[in-house]
Amino acid sequence: MIKAILVFNNHGKPRLIRFYQYFPEDMQQQIIRETFHLVSKRDDNVCNFLEGGSLIGGSDYKLIYRHYATLYFVFCVDSSESELGILDLIQVFVETLDKCFENVCELDLIFHMDKVHYILQEVVMGGMVLETNMNEIVGQVENQSRLEKSEGGLSGAPARAVSAVKNMNLPEIPRNINIGDINIKVPNLSPFV
Amino acid sequence: MALKMVKGSIDRMFDKNLQDLVRGIRNHKEDEAKYISTCIDEIKQELKQDNIAVKANAVCKLTYLQMLGYDVSWAAFNIIEVMSSSKFTYKRIGYLAASQCFHEGTDVIMLTTNQIRKDLSSPNQYDTGVALTGLSCFVTPDLARDLANDIMTLMSHTKPYIRKKAVLIMYKVFLKYPESLRPAFPRLKEKLEDPDPGVQSAAVNVICELARRNPKNYLSLAPLFFKLMTSSTNNWVLIKIIKLFGALTPLEPRLGKKLIEPLTNLIHSTSAMSLLYECVNTVIAVLISLSSGMPNHSASIQLCVQKLRILIEDSDQNLKYLGLLAMSKILKTHPKSVQSHKDLILQCLDDKDESIRLRALDLLYGMVSKKNLMEIVKKLMIHVDKAEGTTYRDELLTKIIDICSQSNYQYITNFEWYISILVELTRLEGTRHGHLIASQMLDVAIRVKAIRGFAVAQMAMLLDNAHLLAGNTQRNGICEVLYAAAWICGEFSEHLEDPLQTLEAMLRPKVTTLPGHIQAVYVQNAVKLFAAVLTRRETAGEKQAAQETTEMLIEKLPQFVQSADLEVQERASCILQLVKYIQKLQAKEVSVAEEVTALFAGELNPVAPKAQKKVPVPEGLDLDAWINEPPSESESEDEKPKAIFQEDEPKHSRPRLTELDEQELARRREARKQEQANNPFYIKSSPSPQKSYQDTPGVDHIPVVQIDLTVPLKVPGMPISDQYLKLEEERRLKQKQEKKDKKKKKKKEKHGKSRRHDSAHTESEEDIAPAQRVDIVTEEMPENALPSDEDDKDSNDPYKALDIDLDNLVSGGGAYRPLADSEKLPVRTHRPSRTEGLKSPDVDTTAEEQRPKKSKEKDKKKDKERKKSKEEKKKKKRKKSAPTEELEEEEQQHQGEQAEDKISTEDTSEAKEAKTNDVPAAVPTEASDLDFWLATAPVPSKPQQQPLEAVPLSEPESPKESEKDQEESSSKHKKKKHKKEKEEKKSKKKRHRSENVESEAAVHNGTAEEEEEEPLPPMSNYCLLAENSYIKMVYDIQGNLQDGSQVVVSVIFENNCTDFLKSMEFNVLDSLNTRLVRPSGASVHDGIAVPFQLPPGVSNEARFVFTVQSIVMPQKLKGTLTFIVKTEDGSTHEKLDFKLHFTCTSYLITTPCYSDAFAKLLESEELKVNALKLDSINMPFHHLLAKICFHHHFSVVERIDSCASMYSRSIQGHHVCLLVKSGDNSVSIDAKCNEPSLLSHVLEEIKQTFTTAS
Repeated sequence: MIKAILVFNNHGKPRLIRFYQYFPEDMQQQIIRETFHLVSKRDDNVCNFLEGGSLIGGSDYKLIYRHYATLYFVFCVDSSESELGILDLIQVFVETLDKCFENVCELDLIFHMDKVHYILQEVVMGGMVLETNMNEIVGQVENQSRLEKSEGGLSGAPARAVSAVKNMNLPEIPRNINIGDINIKVPNLSPFV
Repeated sequence: MALKMVKGSIDRMFDKNLQDLVRGIRNHKEDEAKYISTCIDEIKQELKQDNIAVKANAVCKLTYLQMLGYDVSWAAFNIIEVMSSSKFTYKRIGYLAASQCFHEGTDVIMLTTNQIRKDLSSPNQYDTGVALTGLSCFVTPDLARDLANDIMTLMSHTKPYIRKKAVLIMYKVFLKYPESLRPAFPRLKEKLEDPDPGVQSAAVNVICELARRNPKNYLSLAPLFFKLMTSSTNNWVLIKIIKLFGALTPLEPRLGKKLIEPLTNLIHSTSAMSLLYECVNTVIAVLISLSSGMPNHSASIQLCVQKLRILIEDSDQNLKYLGLLAMSKILKTHPKSVQSHKDLILQCLDDKDESIRLRALDLLYGMVSKKNLMEIVKKLMIHVDKAEGTTYRDELLTKIIDICSQSNYQYITNFEWYISILVELTRLEGTRHGHLIASQMLDVAIRVKAIRGFAVAQMAMLLDNAHLLAGNTQRNGICEVLYAAAWICGEFSEHLEDPLQTLEAMLRPKVTTLPGHIQAVYVQNAVKLFAAVLTRRETAGEKQAAQETTEMLIEKLPQFVQSADLEVQERASCILQLVKYIQKLQAKEVSVAEEVTALFAGELNPVAPKAQKKVPVPEGLDLDAWINEPPSESESEDEKPKAIFQEDEPKHSRPRLTELDEQELARRREARKQEQANNPFYIKSSPSPQKSYQDTPGVDHIPVVQIDLTVPLKVPGMPISDQYLKLEEERRLKQKQEKKDKKKKKKKEKHGKSRRHDSAHTESEEDIAPAQRVDIVTEEMPENALPSDEDDKDSNDPYKALDIDLDNLVSGGGAYRPLADSEKLPVRTHRPSRTEGLKSPDVDTTAEEQRPKKSKEKDKKKDKERKKSKEEKKKKKRKKSAPTEELEEEEQQHQGEQAEDKISTEDTSEAKEAKTNDVPAAVPTEASDLDFWLATAPVPSKPQQQPLEAVPLSEPESPKESEKDQEESSSKHKKKKHKKEKEEKKSKKKRHRSENVESEAAVHNGTAEEEEEEPLPPMSNYCLLAENSYIKMVYDIQGNLQDGSQVVVSVIFENNCTDFLKSMEFNVLDSLNTRLVRPSGASVHDGIAVPFQLPPGVSNEARFVFTVQSIVMPQKLKGTLTFIVKTEDGSTHEKLDFKLHFTCTSYLITTPCYSDAFAKLLESEELKVNALKLDSINMPFHHLLAKICFHHHFSVVERIDSCASMYSRSIQGHHVCLLVKSGDNSVSIDAKCNEPSLLSHVLEEIKQTFTTAS
């Protein structure tokens, strides 16, 4: 079982956290800090396995991580997972990100955390490996993006939302018309219509 | 203007999506927290909007903030709103947020059940997928129970995308709702052979995860997995399966033999390192499991070790790490094959990678020998000095101690060296393991007698330099060693050269900065030293000097008396008084040394930590049996029955050893020695020259010889362990030389035969004689200690619940145990209420059968019919196989069981089950299946089918047998179920004293006999306290077991109206005799708040404690309950007056009593007599007794026909004895009690009970 997946940058700033066991938020942050502390002081040419993360699990658990440019990808797993297998899995995950974002960089993860989550959800589910075939993963992610696009997506939401709010507020606007303030207001609102 | 502001904020609000939020946070690096808090305010505004898009956007931003550590659980309800959006885009956002922040404690989670169910059955596969993914993160036991059936249906979905997710999530469902494992398992097994590799992999994943926790239940799947292993090309699946086999082989060695060959082939053929590594790992597991049985696998071991060596030598650090990891597994069983790679491992100790060094350290543990221990430890000590991080250094420290102390100090040849190492380790700053060093020091000093002189000298030095160690006491764990040092110096003060100096060192003012427990040891051992000093002075005749020491002690001790630590303070003041007394005696010129020494005479023997646990239970003693009759349930179990018939005699405390005179002491010591000599488990300290030490280190008679003084004892400053290394080498060389000389002599005698061997002589283990002849005293164990070393298993293991036998579930199993109805997954009906479930055992099964089916609800009809047809089929079968009465009975029970369960099942599994039931023949048992598979030596091409071919031979027999088995197992199951129900009942009883349940307990508590008599009518002790249109109160009074002056009043409040009741306050007017116990600080007029509120129709129980002084009279107290009724229009204050009646009965406590003790009691003259006659009683005698027992807290001592003696005791210890005789229509009760007033009132109350009852 995978107990947690953490992605943070060289300064320990979290870019993605995914716990498969409940920890309260402050504990999560503490785990991130501790993990960062453990991982960051290691050279790049040492092994990718770490024991001794005291906060998660204990003796049965290992941290398996990979360091890509500015990002650390850390998986906390128990002994039922193959160490080298998880290393491969991290690679699969990162390559998938690379395909979905086209030359992924830290900024992609920063601004599209939700999307990264959706991709991860196709790789690991509830702490267990769901899919390791990259083409399959990318296919499912793309299908879902297409579905989202067909619905107009969230990006279209604010504009439509404003018009909705505007309509909702309509009864109030006429009341203000009498004040004479309308000349300023209405033109400003109109671009959203 | 207002609109302008509103508009402005709306603009900002809607402009900001996740990207804007991130950008904003990045632009506000200085005041990030402030910026985020304004963002959260905005989000709160957005969440108030009706528009779902706005909400979704807000929730998306919250998910981001959650990652930054902000608690967003306040938005849980909004998240659910977004989850329930019909659009995939929003739904996905909602589920993501939920998976990030929901957990079992989230209360709104129960609102999601229906939404999730809807999404699971959505026509859009991605809706379903998103719901499954989300659910996998926040599934709760309730959700698991309610949705298990829906998820199981999804396991057969047409889309593999859904199938694999459904299969995976089942593991989470099993964890939360273990009952679902059996019904779901057949389908899960099916999925192992799913055409889609993803689904197959998921199924393998889940079963591996399950099998890892409870491997034995999955052994029967081995053939299937074996087939998968030989056919699959998916490395992921292979790795999982191979790992699973690693877990299975310890249970079935034959499996291991079968595996070796294909695994070896894989090792040779695969190019994937991950697969290779797992293969090697499993081969190791196989070898370990075979190690006892077959020694002939050296080739496999060689192959593994070879491959691992390649891994370790690889430049890839990951492979190096894993190679070492696997190597340590081999080490346990085949240390020899690892030891040959010592060079490689020592090399890894110098690796720059800490993980690798740690792994190498682990291996080192198994590589030490007498020969190389000092050398290896020296190397480690160098590492200790070099190590920067404290974690690694601490790890080194523990490893050094582990290595040295392993198997009872087996490899230590020179304990002086070891003590020096320990002392050197104390120089480590900031280590957490001070206590570890300390315990080693203590252990060695106590158990190795020969070393005490040296140890004491070293410890004295440590104490002298204590200021170096205790520099910064608070965060320095190393000061723990002072604890050991002080104790060793004190206890073995006779070895000290200058006890006075050490004494002075221990009384320095600086000492008071040490932690309390260390100071306490200091104080205690200061006296021991003091005794030593006195002895020396007095034997030397220096009375003046002795008095000076006493004065010094009197002067220094007060600093400890002032200590804030109680332990220190207490010991110090005690000892100060003692020393003052000694001073007085000294002033009178009395020699005191002998007496002071006597305080600490006698030797302390080390006792093994588990000794207490290992004391065998003497024959005939059943620890689980009741010593007394089990007390009635109103009593807490831990109450020890007090002596009833005689006052507790004041216990004579065991005479202390110190009080004995010298002669007696000597005599006892002699006796103990004698005893020890006869005790084979005690390691004698008396020298017995027959056996030499090196053959049996620390095990048997070991001669104690004086320390070889070639080693200089006096080391200036801190000792340096290195010098021992050199000395050791010299010593060994010398020994060798001596041996050679001897040999030469021999050879000379033999005229130089076979001279060529001389040069080839190598030093073997046995050649190294220890520097000191040491006697390692083993820790004391009790006689006949139990050999079993049971590991205490964690009772809280969540995986334990999944330890479910699955073999007989799969169709074709010989002991095929079909799913009972109760095991079926609950489907979408409203949950059956608890009471319904409880009733079931009493339901008349035949009546249930005969009732016309039409009366059933329509939707259940179909289901019922299916059951019926199944039954009919069964009957037919039975006719064929000559039914016996027993079988008939079974069937009835079975039907009863079915009738019991009112949950309708729509699931197909039942139909399937009926089918499999139909064809029980022609399939051999699963167990023999496995046996057969394992027995065939070469790998069968199609292991699945072979057993089938073997069947026809036994066909005529097997159907009957399997049926029988089935019968048996199902009856077993029934019993189990019955038990379960009982338990359920019990727990229910605890939860709520429901009336009829209580009556049952009452009969049990007193009557010893279990006759089959008419069932008792329901009884309750609760009587009405007060009632109005809002609330009803019933109460019961019980004596408090812990306190003889207290009674507990349990009041059940029941809401009678349709409104909410809250702020209830319970108050009584105290009398002089009886007072309500109020929380401290409350005045006598304050009421006690009832700790709950009452929604309409709900009842709950509160308890109030009263103190009573005299219990001989019944009492009535007036009281009031005030409460607030919350209606829709507002709330009103209401009150209800009541009268609490404290009967004398309520002061009685059901206490069991034996008949002989009872007879004695009756003979004693103190008891006063009274009598009572009840007329026109026509209830059965045992009902009468039960009533007295139940309502008046008596227990039956003895019952002979229609005559019974009964006993009870008041909370203040009065005995009440009854002799109840039943005549025709009347009952006479003779009673005795040591308090006549109490007795008459109790009798009065008994009379009341029966007159009102009849």
